[in-house]
Amino acid sequence: MRWLLLKDLQILRRSPLLTALLVIYPIVVALLIGFALSRGPEKPRVAFLNEVPQDTPLSIGGEDFDLTGARSSLCDRIECVRVHSRAEAREEVESGEVLGALILPEDLVDKLEGVASGVGEPPTVEVLVNEEDPLKAQLVDDRISSLLTEANLRLSRAVSNVTLSYLDLLVSGGDFDFLGQSFNVLGLQNTERILRSARSDLPKGSFEREAVDQVIQFAELARENLGFADSLLSSVSQPIQVDKEVVNGGSPDLDAFTISVAATVTLMFVTVLLVAGSLALEREENAFARLTRGLISPTGLLVEKLLLGVACSLLVTLLLLGGLSFLVHINWGRTPQILVAILAGGAAFAALGAALGGAAREVRASSLLAFMISLPIAFISLVPSGTVGPALFSVIEVIRALFPFAPGRDAMESALSSGDLLVPLLHLAALTVAYLALSRLALRRFA
Amino acid sequence: MAEKPAKKARRAPAARPPRKPVLEVAGLTKRYGSRAALSDVGFEARKGELIAVIGPNGAGKTTLLSILAGIVRPDEGEVTSPAGSIGWVPQQAALYRRLTVAENLRLFAHLEKVDDVQGSVDEMLGEADLAERRDDQVSLLSGGNQQRVNIAIGLLRQPSVLLLDEPSTGLDPRQRARLWEFVSGLAGGGTTVIFSTHNVQEAERYSDRLLVLADGEALFDGTQTELHRTVDKESGRGRAKRDFETAFVDFLAHRGH
Ligand SMILES: Nc1ncnc2c1ncn2[C@@H]1O[C@H](COP(=O)(O)OP(=O)(O)O)[C@@H](O)[C@H]1O
Ligand SMILES: [Mg+2]
Repeated sequence: MRWLLLKDLQILRRSPLLTALLVIYPIVVALLIGFALSRGPEKPRVAFLNEVPQDTPLSIGGEDFDLTGARSSLCDRIECVRVHSRAEAREEVESGEVLGALILPEDLVDKLEGVASGVGEPPTVEVLVNEEDPLKAQLVDDRISSLLTEANLRLSRAVSNVTLSYLDLLVSGGDFDFLGQSFNVLGLQNTERILRSARSDLPKGSFEREAVDQVIQFAELARENLGFADSLLSSVSQPIQVDKEVVNGGSPDLDAFTISVAATVTLMFVTVLLVAGSLALEREENAFARLTRGLISPTGLLVEKLLLGVACSLLVTLLLLGGLSFLVHINWGRTPQILVAILAGGAAFAALGAALGGAAREVRASSLLAFMISLPIAFISLVPSGTVGPALFSVIEVIRALFPFAPGRDAMESALSSGDLLVPLLHLAALTVAYLALSRLALRRFA
Repeated sequence: MAEKPAKKARRAPAARPPRKPVLEVAGLTKRYGSRAALSDVGFEARKGELIAVIGPNGAGKTTLLSILAGIVRPDEGEVTSPAGSIGWVPQQAALYRRLTVAENLRLFAHLEKVDDVQGSVDEMLGEADLAERRDDQVSLLSGGNQQRVNIAIGLLRQPSVLLLDEPSTGLDPRQRARLWEFVSGLAGGGTTVIFSTHNVQEAERYSDRLLVLADGEALFDGTQTELHRTVDKESGRGRAKRDFETAFVDFLAHRGH
C-alpha cells in the first residue's frame, strides 16, 4: 500500500500541469465564492446630523450611556456623511449623494432623561430617505430602524431598572436622593408593620380599628401586587436582552460560513478529481488486473486511493485556510476540530471520487463526470431555504443529504465556529461507507 | 498428459518429454451468459516447454490465460501448479507510463515482496536489455520496449511458468524477432512459457507445442509435425503440397470453424 501511495504521488509530481490545476483551480474557485458570499451589499451612505450639544452626558438610573461609542458603532454599519444643518442633509438626500439622512434633535438627551424619570414625551429622531433606489432605500430603512430598535431596547432596559428601584423603595422603604437632599421613604412593609402594632391598642369593634384594618389590608394588597409587578417588570426586561443578542450576532458567523464554503469547495474538487482520476488510471494503464492478482485486493486499492485523496486534500485545504487567514479571522484554537472536519470531509469526497472513477473507468471521462457532478451539487447545497418553493426545496434537501458537500460544509463551519460536530461527522461517515460500497461494486467490472 | 490425453486433443504419445508437469489443467469451462468462452479445456505443461495457444480472435485465448493466471475464476475445472509461481503478462502493457522503466520494475518488485528489490530490478533490466533506458519514462519507449518491460515485470518473481497473452501484437518485424529471441532464451533457461497468438507462422516457428482453440474448445494439442500429420490423414493428400498456415486453416475448416 505504501508503495502504491508513493507511486501515485510520483505520478502526480510528473504531471505538473495537472497538479497545478488541481491545487490552483479549487483555490481560485473557493476564493471567488468566498468573496462573492462575504461581500454582502455595500454599506449605504447616510447623512448624519447630530444636533445634540457636544459632550452632553446621558445618564439613566445611574447608568451612563456612551453617546460617542454609539455614534461610531452606527457609522460602522452605514457610511456616515457628516452634515451641519437640516438643509444640508435634505440637499444631500435630494441630490442622491446619500441614500438617507438621520437627524438627532437637540433635545434628544433631555427628552430621554425625561422618559427615564417618567415625565414628558419620548424623543423623535428624523429619517429622510431617498426612494430613487427602492432596494437600497429599504436597506437604509432596515439599518436605521434596527439601530433604533437596539437603542430603544437598551433604554427601556435602563428605564425599567430605574422603575424597579423606585418600586423597591416603595415596597421596602429606604433612602432616596432628590435634588441633593436625602429623604427617608417609609415603604409599604414598614407602614403595614407600624399600623398592625397601632391597631392592637385600639378597642375591638371601634370605628378607628376598622378604618386602620382597611388601611392595613390595602397596604398588604399593594405590597403584594407591587412585588408581583417587580417580577413582571424584570421578566419583561429579560427577553429584551436575549433579542438584542440575536440582533447583534451576525458578522462572525458569516465569516465561518464563507470560510467553510471556500474550504469545502477546495476539499471537494481536489479529492473527487484526484481519487476518480487516480482510480481510473489504474484501469487505463491496465495495471488493475496485475495489481489485484494477489498484490492488493480491490478493497485495499480503494483504501489506498482514499488515503491518497485524504492526504492531498488535507494539504491543499490547510494551504487554503492558511492563505485565507490573512484575509479573515480563523480560529486556530480549534485546529483539532478543523483537522477532523477536513479528514472526515476528505474521506467522504474520496469515496465519492472512487465511485465516479470506478464507474467512468477512464481518466478523462472520470474527470468530466467529477466536474459535472461536483459543481451542481455545490451550488444546490448553497441554495438558501425560502428562495425556492417548499416542494423544490425538499427535493434539494434530499440531494444534499446524498452528497458529502452539505455535511462537509456543516462540519467545517462547526469546526470553525463552535458548533456541534457530531451530526455532520456521522453523516460524512455514513456517506463514506456508502460510496466505498458503491465503488467496490463498480470495481467488479473493472478488469 | 501422455497417459491421460484431453478429450479433443490429438497427438503422438511418444513425442512428450518424460518430465513431470509444472502445470496441470483439467476440464476448464467459463461461460459469459449463455455463451461459453471456454469449454472443457485441459492440458499439461512441462519445465522449459514453449507452448503456443493458437486460435482466431474470440477463441478464448485470453480467457484461458486469465484463468491460468488466477484473474478469472473458471465455472468448472481445475488448475494445479505443483512447482513455483505463475508469471502473467497481459495482452496490453500494464505499466505506469508516467514512471520510468526502473520505477515500474521497482514498484512491482516491492509489491511482489521480492527479497532483493534492487538486485532483481537490475537483473530484469539486463535480461530485457533495457539497462540504458532505465531512467526513461515508459511513455517515451517504443511499443517493443514497452512490451519487454511488461514481460520483465511478469518475470520479477522468477516464475516457473510464464503466461504471455499475444505478446507480439503491435510490434514491427525487428521488434518481434528480438522478443522471440528473448522468450526462447527464457525457455532455454528452464522457464515454461505459454503464449497466445493468432499468428500461425509465429506459433509454428517459436513453439515446441501447439494448443489450438476455436470457439472455446481445444481442438488440438501436439507438435507442428503432428498437426500436419492429422491434416494429411483427414484430407488424404501429401504433406509437401501445403504450408503450415494452409494446414491449420484446413484443420479448422474440417471441424466446421
Ligand atoms: N468479461 C467478458 N464478458 C463477456 N464476454 C466475454 C468477456 N471476456 C471474454 N468474453 C467473450 O468470450 C469469448 C472469448 O474471448 P477471449 O478469451 O478474449 O478471446 P481471444 O483472446 O481468443 O480473442 C469472446 O466471445 C468474448 O466476447
Ligand atoms: Mg485475447
